Amino acid sequence: MTAETHRDDLASKTGMWLFLFTEMLFFAGLFVVYSVYRFRNPEAFHLAAKELSVPIGTINTIILLISSTTIAMSITAIQKRNKKFTLLLIGITIILGIAFLVNKYFEWGEHIKEHIYPGSPILALRGQGDVLFYGLYFFMTGLHALHIIIGLVFIGFIIVKIVKNKIDSENFVLLENSGLYWHLVDLIWIFLFPLFYLIT
Amino acid sequence: MSNQKDIVEPSYLEYKGKYKGIFSWILSTDHKRIALLYLFSILSFFVIGATLGLLMKFELIAPGKTIMDAQTYNAFFTLHGIVMIFAVVIPGLPAVFGNFLLPIMIGAKDVAFPKLNLFSWYLYVAGVSLVIVSQFAGDGPPDTGWTFYAPYSFRTAGTMLPAVFGAFVLGFSSILTGLNFLVTMHRMRAPGMTWLKMPLFPWTLYATGWVQLLATPVIGITLLMIVAERTLHIGFFDPSLGGDPLLYQHLFWTYSHPAVYIMILPAMGAISEIITTFSHKTIFGYKFMVASVLAIAFVGYFVWGHHMFTSGMSGTALYTFSLLTFLVAVPSSIKVFNWISTMHQGSIDLQTPFYWAMAFIFVFMIGGFSGLVLGSLAANVHLHNTHYVVAHFHFIVFGGTGFAFFGAMHYWYPKITGKMYDTKWANIGLVLFFVGFITLYGPMFYLGFKGMPRRYFDYDEVFHAGNIISTMGSWILYSGLAIIIINLFASLKGGAKAPADPWGGKTLEWTIPSPPPVENFDEIPLITKGPYDYK
Repeated sequence: MTAETHRDDLASKTGMWLFLFTEMLFFAGLFVVYSVYRFRNPEAFHLAAKELSVPIGTINTIILLISSTTIAMSITAIQKRNKKFTLLLIGITIILGIAFLVNKYFEWGEHIKEHIYPGSPILALRGQGDVLFYGLYFFMTGLHALHIIIGLVFIGFIIVKIVKNKIDSENFVLLENSGLYWHLVDLIWIFLFPLFYLIT
Repeated sequence: MSNQKDIVEPSYLEYKGKYKGIFSWILSTDHKRIALLYLFSILSFFVIGATLGLLMKFELIAPGKTIMDAQTYNAFFTLHGIVMIFAVVIPGLPAVFGNFLLPIMIGAKDVAFPKLNLFSWYLYVAGVSLVIVSQFAGDGPPDTGWTFYAPYSFRTAGTMLPAVFGAFVLGFSSILTGLNFLVTMHRMRAPGMTWLKMPLFPWTLYATGWVQLLATPVIGITLLMIVAERTLHIGFFDPSLGGDPLLYQHLFWTYSHPAVYIMILPAMGAISEIITTFSHKTIFGYKFMVASVLAIAFVGYFVWGHHMFTSGMSGTALYTFSLLTFLVAVPSSIKVFNWISTMHQGSIDLQTPFYWAMAFIFVFMIGGFSGLVLGSLAANVHLHNTHYVVAHFHFIVFGGTGFAFFGAMHYWYPKITGKMYDTKWANIGLVLFFVGFITLYGPMFYLGFKGMPRRYFDYDEVFHAGNIISTMGSWILYSGLAIIIINLFASLKGGAKAPADPWGGKTLEWTIPSPPPVENFDEIPLITKGPYDYK
């Protein structure tokens, strides 16, 4: 009777894609700011980028790429009605997401121990280029980490729904959408990683 | 079976759903009820914003302090701007009339995501509440103007955080509304309604949806950067830390100029509907109307620099932005031309909504032409930051969107409420509103030309005469507004019952009863003809 019962998976997916556009533009604003300040402070950005740990960054990139694979596989698994394997794959995704955050925590902790954080007077002494580089670094990776956390919470709800059979081989658009979101978070990291760690 | 026809489906106003009382409204996912939630909240904030404007105009009736000191004046124009821009004109037409009419006009039972639609309204309320909190919490209200220009926005003692974050939340609400409409139009048009059989109001909402979707995130991130700047001293826009305040202006206008098209495009759509209906004639150049809507939305992305002609940009950038600004005027004039051509040889029915459409075209033209003056580089240097800008802006945004909003209100009122309003009082209100409007903003062109800056509570004696006229205009405008609103509310009780199609409109909303039943259509219509079939 009500319009609410009407279900249209393609509409949901279209909606999710449109939402991802907004997310991209959200970060695009920051990429613009990054480019402007990199252009103006080439040397400081070059030197500051050298201080970031490439191994940790690489490990985190691999972690996110694998987690993207596992959530993509889980969508195939649920279509094949393999509930257990679906849950296992999503579980791995969540664990990898948490592992990423743990790495990030230690990485940030290391910087903060060295008094490198936005507003730190010791960082200010190193000059404006460093202030901007680390300001951008903390702001962009922080915002990205926030997206990881939101994604993890979202995927947590998905697990509950799968356990309760609310998501099954017939109706898995929610899982697909959270997969799309997770890929986007992954994709943004693929841009952040070279911008901060690799271009020196 | 024959008596089944006698069972009339309850209208959306009567049907209660599973909740009672106020909850049947604030928990309803019916697009029509959500539209009314928006209508009442937006109307309330509009009255608040207008009252602030009235008080500001009263302050300007004489040089020196009249009723408020400089700091209060700063706080007033800031709040007036935030409320009017983010809480009234941006959501105005899409969230109220778009929500109510979009699904009906394309032959759907609801929007694609009804729950998300309700959530958008909650975000809207949360955003406005944050802005209100900023007025009373902390060390005093924000005083930056609605543009939150850096570096002042993170140095002022005013309570900026809730205001900035409130604007962020309002932006999010706007994004979700746009997203919802886009998906609705892609997925839920009635069978047979091809893209080029869609009425123009949905078309403008379509273009608006894309602007909301692709421009709003940029201000979202910019406002977040301001928040970070204030809390963490990150240095993005702070020259003492190496940041660039000009970059803030670029990012801000990257959204805020397209936002003007979020305001004006649905207004143009509503005016197109009104003009065809009351001319009883197919709209002239339907395809050109569609193309010009899309062109305005597209070119509108690339003109933000004209807000910054005096801020410091390269010569090439100045010329480019100026040229692009002139280009935007082309599709807008195509629209005006087509409206006038639609009336040509039509059988015009002079009713209140049609008068509003006329008033709209008049003020919109003045607003548009004065915009070209500001878009030319040399004139801009002279007029930048004067009352001329205030006049231009209000002619376009208040004159454009505001007039279209009230026009749409008088056009779709019978459909929404099921009642007819008192035409005589509606017309008196309109005349006062129009006369007051011209009296209020007309002199500002002159004052600005003579060099009176904006955003000051005080001015030189030479500007006195113009300001007196302007302030008197604000009184006329305000009384017109009061008459219009009181008349519409009084007609809810006293008005005659509205037929399904009081004006002879041809779009789908006039084929169903007034007020519409809960499900809009008993049977989803099959579309075989174009939207304005008057042959």
